[in-house]
Amino acid sequence: MTSYLLRGVSLLGAELRDVAIVDGRISDNAPADAEIIDAAGLVALPGLVDLHTHLREPGREDAETVETGSRSAALGGYTAVFAMANTSPVADTAGVVEQVWRLGREAGLVDVQPIGAVTVGLAGKQLAELGAMATSAANVRIFSDDGHCVADPRLMRRALEYVKAFDGIIAQHAEEPRLTEGAQMHEGEVSTRLGLTGWPAVAEEAIIARDVLLAEHVGSRLHVCHVSTAGSVEVLRQAKARGVRVTAEVTPHHLLLTDELAASYDPVYKVNPPLRTASDVEALRAALVEGVIDIVATDHAPHAVEDKECEWAYARPGMVGLETALPVVLSVLGERWDLIAERMSRTPARIAGLTGHGTDLAVGEPANLTLVDPSARRVVDPSELASRSRNTPYAGTTLPGRIVATFLRGEPTVLDGKAVK
Amino acid sequence: MIKHLRSAADLDAPTATLILDTAGEMAALAGREVKKLPTLRGRTVVNLFYEDSTRTRISFEAAAKRLSADVINFSAKGSSVSKGESLKDTALTLQAMGADAVVIRHPASGAPHRLAAWVDGSVVNAGDGTHEHPTQALLDAYTMRSRLGRLDGLRVAIVGDVLHSRVARSNVLLLTTLGAQVTLVGPPTLIPVDIAAALSPATKVSYDLDSVLPDMDVVMMLRVQTERMQDSYFPSAREYSRRYGLDLARMRKMPEHAIVMHPGPMNRGMEITPEVADSSRSTIVEQVANGVSARMAVLYLLLGGKA
Repeated sequence: MTSYLLRGVSLLGAELRDVAIVDGRISDNAPADAEIIDAAGLVALPGLVDLHTHLREPGREDAETVETGSRSAALGGYTAVFAMANTSPVADTAGVVEQVWRLGREAGLVDVQPIGAVTVGLAGKQLAELGAMATSAANVRIFSDDGHCVADPRLMRRALEYVKAFDGIIAQHAEEPRLTEGAQMHEGEVSTRLGLTGWPAVAEEAIIARDVLLAEHVGSRLHVCHVSTAGSVEVLRQAKARGVRVTAEVTPHHLLLTDELAASYDPVYKVNPPLRTASDVEALRAALVEGVIDIVATDHAPHAVEDKECEWAYARPGMVGLETALPVVLSVLGERWDLIAERMSRTPARIAGLTGHGTDLAVGEPANLTLVDPSARRVVDPSELASRSRNTPYAGTTLPGRIVATFLRGEPTVLDGKAVK
Repeated sequence: MIKHLRSAADLDAPTATLILDTAGEMAALAGREVKKLPTLRGRTVVNLFYEDSTRTRISFEAAAKRLSADVINFSAKGSSVSKGESLKDTALTLQAMGADAVVIRHPASGAPHRLAAWVDGSVVNAGDGTHEHPTQALLDAYTMRSRLGRLDGLRVAIVGDVLHSRVARSNVLLLTTLGAQVTLVGPPTLIPVDIAAALSPATKVSYDLDSVLPDMDVVMMLRVQTERMQDSYFPSAREYSRRYGLDLARMRKMPEHAIVMHPGPMNRGMEITPEVADSSRSTIVEQVANGVSARMAVLYLLLGGKA
């Protein structure tokens, strides 16, 4: 396999040095025939890890496939993504998770790690065969009914307990369903003005409060998906202070956008949980810096054109995000490279128990990394996305940073800002 | 002149006043033997109705016809995203047929905003979901002004299911623009969150109808669907009527000159008793007649500038 020499790269924004990649690993010297990459001005980050991606395959290959989603991920600087279970059929058996895992291997652009459903068919009635998925070739450790909340408290308790046997973790989509029937957007001033049914913050906060207590009671790990409100941050802060084993994620869009965007009635801004207020955005940013929120996860949710080019109430919720995640985080956090590596690579890998990812570029480690040009500015053009879908809320927005190259175990998946395959 | 009427917020005070003045001229026409104006001859107005609403559709149809426009009624009820044609495809069809104005009634809030992005003609919102119904607000304002002589400083109570009411939202916006003082009255479950911040900081909220009535020039009752009690917005129809229904005893608490309005259709015995609905203070039938004049004024002004 080809060896590479990254010349003059800045590790996490610090010292400039040369980094050699030999046999898929970081090495201290490059062979004479190594391909030289001029990395002047580029910052090296450990390959990003996304704990929350919708790849839509099997079932909605018109919106995304494992391959197109993988390409989108690589272009965004990711080397591993966790594929959510709400496919058709649902990823609630060893067979389906192995299929997704195999498709990821065949695409070979990022490590695709399937997430298993908590309940059969995401129906919230009966546990799926969590153990079978854990011991399958896909080696599933994260389980989630994302898109649906595991609302039944007894079922949630059992799920939290059961996965302890194989150090699994339940990733909860926190949404009390009775409080969000027909909900279209954040409940507040804007929903009142627009006449759209509100999704109250308390519907998220009440489930997180319940779940941290359940996790504490049974001594299990809990991960909270896409935290969106200031109140949720406070619940998490208190739980962490008590020593509850809870981790939480926030999406790039909840760090940047607010519910005012719904005033256009353009469903490109419809997402679940919904965009919240400016004060929620502020609280989420602070929580991410502080570590009350552990990671950034994209909730990349591709949708076909017809599912967005319609009335707001009839549109599906969700936004694509893999290719814009790092630029959005850069615009929010600034060039705090170590913090970015912590929130987008090391910690997500650790939560998932994923080895070989989220490690800094030390000699002997697998060469999973991405090179970023922080001085570049890019205007987001939906037609240029590698995702099969176009539902980005950032069309026409100028974002900082350009992902120049990504390496997966020493093989480039992206070079000169373009996917290698 | 504005191009679309999607929300009462599209209207500033001079524009709203122009529409009301024009409606007055249109009303004068109704007394003539020949009720027709040639203004919109050769222009096409499409009534695109995704909900049953005979009264609103007929009102718009009469308005367009009295202005000599060609009227196409497109009843799209039952067609949805899953079955039948999408709103966008329907819009492109209407566009190809050369619609100069599309009057849209739709169960989804914001549908007129989406439609306006896909057609070149004017879009008139004839009621969208739980959002707005701006021509209803115009005819209500016209009715108030006709009966009471002014809008500035008028004290108006809007009573009932404000949460689900497009009439209430449009009325708050328009009446506030025209200088009236609006008080929303209903059980707390049916008053939407942050309503004053959302629509107009001057808007007041009360949960007590009896305490509000003596200070009002206008009391506008909203339709309350009995199904709301299934969702626990209130315990029973009877309790609702007792606390928020307008009966003769309550009407007597209103000042002598004050009027009673209702956008229809009424639930007689629920939010309003028959004695009140049929009393001389009630403007309910007048509102229907004024609806045609107000909609004529809107179509006239939106389309009159062209061709």
